[in-house]
Amino acid sequence: MPSDPWEPPGTGQGHWTARLERHGIRLTRGPVSRGPLRRAHDGQLFGGVAAGLAMRTGFSVGLIRVAIVVLALVSTGYLAMPYVLAWLFIPADGAESNIASKALTDKRGIGLAAGLTSVLVVVFVIASALNVSWLPALPVIVCAAALVLISRNASEDELTYLRSLADPAGLTSTAPRSRRVLRYAIGALLITAGLYALLQGHERLALLRPLAGVMLLVGGIALALGPWWLRIAREAVAERQARIRAEERAEMASRVHDSVLQTLALIQRRAGDQQQVIQLARAQERELRAWLFDGRPPGSMQGQAATVADGVRLIQQEVESQHGLAVDAVTVGDCELDDDMSALLAAAREATVNAAKWSGADTVSLFAEVEPDSVSIFVRDRGQGFDPAAVPADRKGLAESVRARLARRGGSATIRSSPGEGTEVSLCMPRSADDRMSRRS
Amino acid sequence: MSRPRVFLVDDHSMFRSGVRSELAGAVDIVGEAADVGPAVAQIAESLPEVVLLDVHLPGGGGQDVVAAIKAEHPDVKFLALSASDAPEDVIAVIRAGARGYVTKTISGTELIDAIGRVAAGDAVFSPRLAGFVLDAFSAGLPAGLDRPSFDPELDQLTGREREVLRLIARGYTYREVAKELFISVKTVESHVSSVLRKLQLSSRHQLTRWAAERRLT
Repeated sequence: MPSDPWEPPGTGQGHWTARLERHGIRLTRGPVSRGPLRRAHDGQLFGGVAAGLAMRTGFSVGLIRVAIVVLALVSTGYLAMPYVLAWLFIPADGAESNIASKALTDKRGIGLAAGLTSVLVVVFVIASALNVSWLPALPVIVCAAALVLISRNASEDELTYLRSLADPAGLTSTAPRSRRVLRYAIGALLITAGLYALLQGHERLALLRPLAGVMLLVGGIALALGPWWLRIAREAVAERQARIRAEERAEMASRVHDSVLQTLALIQRRAGDQQQVIQLARAQERELRAWLFDGRPPGSMQGQAATVADGVRLIQQEVESQHGLAVDAVTVGDCELDDDMSALLAAAREATVNAAKWSGADTVSLFAEVEPDSVSIFVRDRGQGFDPAAVPADRKGLAESVRARLARRGGSATIRSSPGEGTEVSLCMPRSADDRMSRRS
Repeated sequence: MSRPRVFLVDDHSMFRSGVRSELAGAVDIVGEAADVGPAVAQIAESLPEVVLLDVHLPGGGGQDVVAAIKAEHPDVKFLALSASDAPEDVIAVIRAGARGYVTKTISGTELIDAIGRVAAGDAVFSPRLAGFVLDAFSAGLPAGLDRPSFDPELDQLTGREREVLRLIARGYTYREVAKELFISVKTVESHVSSVLRKLQLSSRHQLTRWAAERRLT
């Protein structure tokens, strides 16, 4: 192995035990944990049996893993059974019961395991007819059946972990097209070669007789047990679909609870306060509509908005729920949110909040238009308005801070207002060059 | 001016009675219906000046009512009134022949004003509809790639129309738009009616494409 230049002298290179140790294999015993044997989550590779044993015995996980693999290989698979059975019978760390006790009530799972067992028995019967050794049959059958039960009855956390394990192997993910094509090609090649080899030997038909027998056997068994296997498979699919539907329903219920039901409860409690009720109903209506028609789940706007239109909606929701007035938001076009656009939206929010606080109007119009070269946002209210020239110096904060912030990024802000006529803040920000390029392409 | 004769089409009876009480005194409500079939039959019978029409109805879209009545009685005018924000639905009703679109959150006086405008033959654009139209007409392809239509005039808005729509989207009333652009209210109305005509008659490929994209997102 190549030496590690960062290895401090004396720790790694010297002794072979130290080298093993760097791979997680330690020959000496470490601290031993008290308490019952549990399958561990930390350091888990498959079922966490080795990790659990390591914690209980004090030997390192790597050592126990090596031991298990070696024993399983030496015993032609017979000693792999204890591993899978331990997985089934030892409860996971933190869990109340083991998987086996749950599996006992899982009738479909037992049916599936029985079906798989019968398929494997048939395969091995056929294999023995072809003079292949029976030796590994029992462990394979037992392990397969146990794994079926595990995969159906393990806890949700464990299943998620197992799925993530299986994913790189391409069991659950759909393999790329090229790889599928390759597989079919190789399969076709093998079949052709096999047929060719068989036909080559046709003058000695006696050789084909065992093969014919095997085929008859397979046909007979498939006829006898096929419907049963099919039913088990179909039930498994139906059950999976039912589970997906139930999950969807639960998700829907929780969403409705978090949004609509909560709001209805709030409305009942504040029935006397008309303003509050209107405000709650309006915010809820928008949220619900965004969910039903635009597919934006309630609460998803809590984070950062991704586009200018999202940002405008966020401002609308925030101001409506915090200040209890209607924000009539209209957006034309849309673009990604970069730093410039975030600054523009921050300014728009400030202007909208300001209108909500000071204008006295019950509606604020918020209009954003994304054009090829720039983005403009207008915030307008029909409130009391003010005389911009007469604003005292200490109240100039908003105008100045908004204007300065936009000017630094090449944007501009103008405020038009007169007493009795309301106020309109116009904000404009040029779009950055590469943003425009990406839009064009 | 005599009180306009109004017909209500909405599947929520609560909403109908709410509108009825809000409009009481300002208009004559000659009938109401909750679905496409009854609405078409009763409107043909009572021949109101303005139909207040919900965009979503149980038996189909509001555009079905507009299409059925327009074929027989082109004088009946429609004002779409909806809680729906889905732009393609709104555009569909407008393209079927409605003279305007307002949201259900509109105040009583504004609604009466809008009904009067529609009865007089003008178009009513809420800020939201103005936004939809700007979006629909500015979205999309460079001119060369678009399929040419029989009348390119219909395919785009003039600069002035765009200005008017922008101000409406910003929350300006027609009167405020007129003042802002130094034109008369009549001129604003004619610009808006012209936009409505383009919206209804344009065979513009982009309009349908825009609506289709909206449905996808």
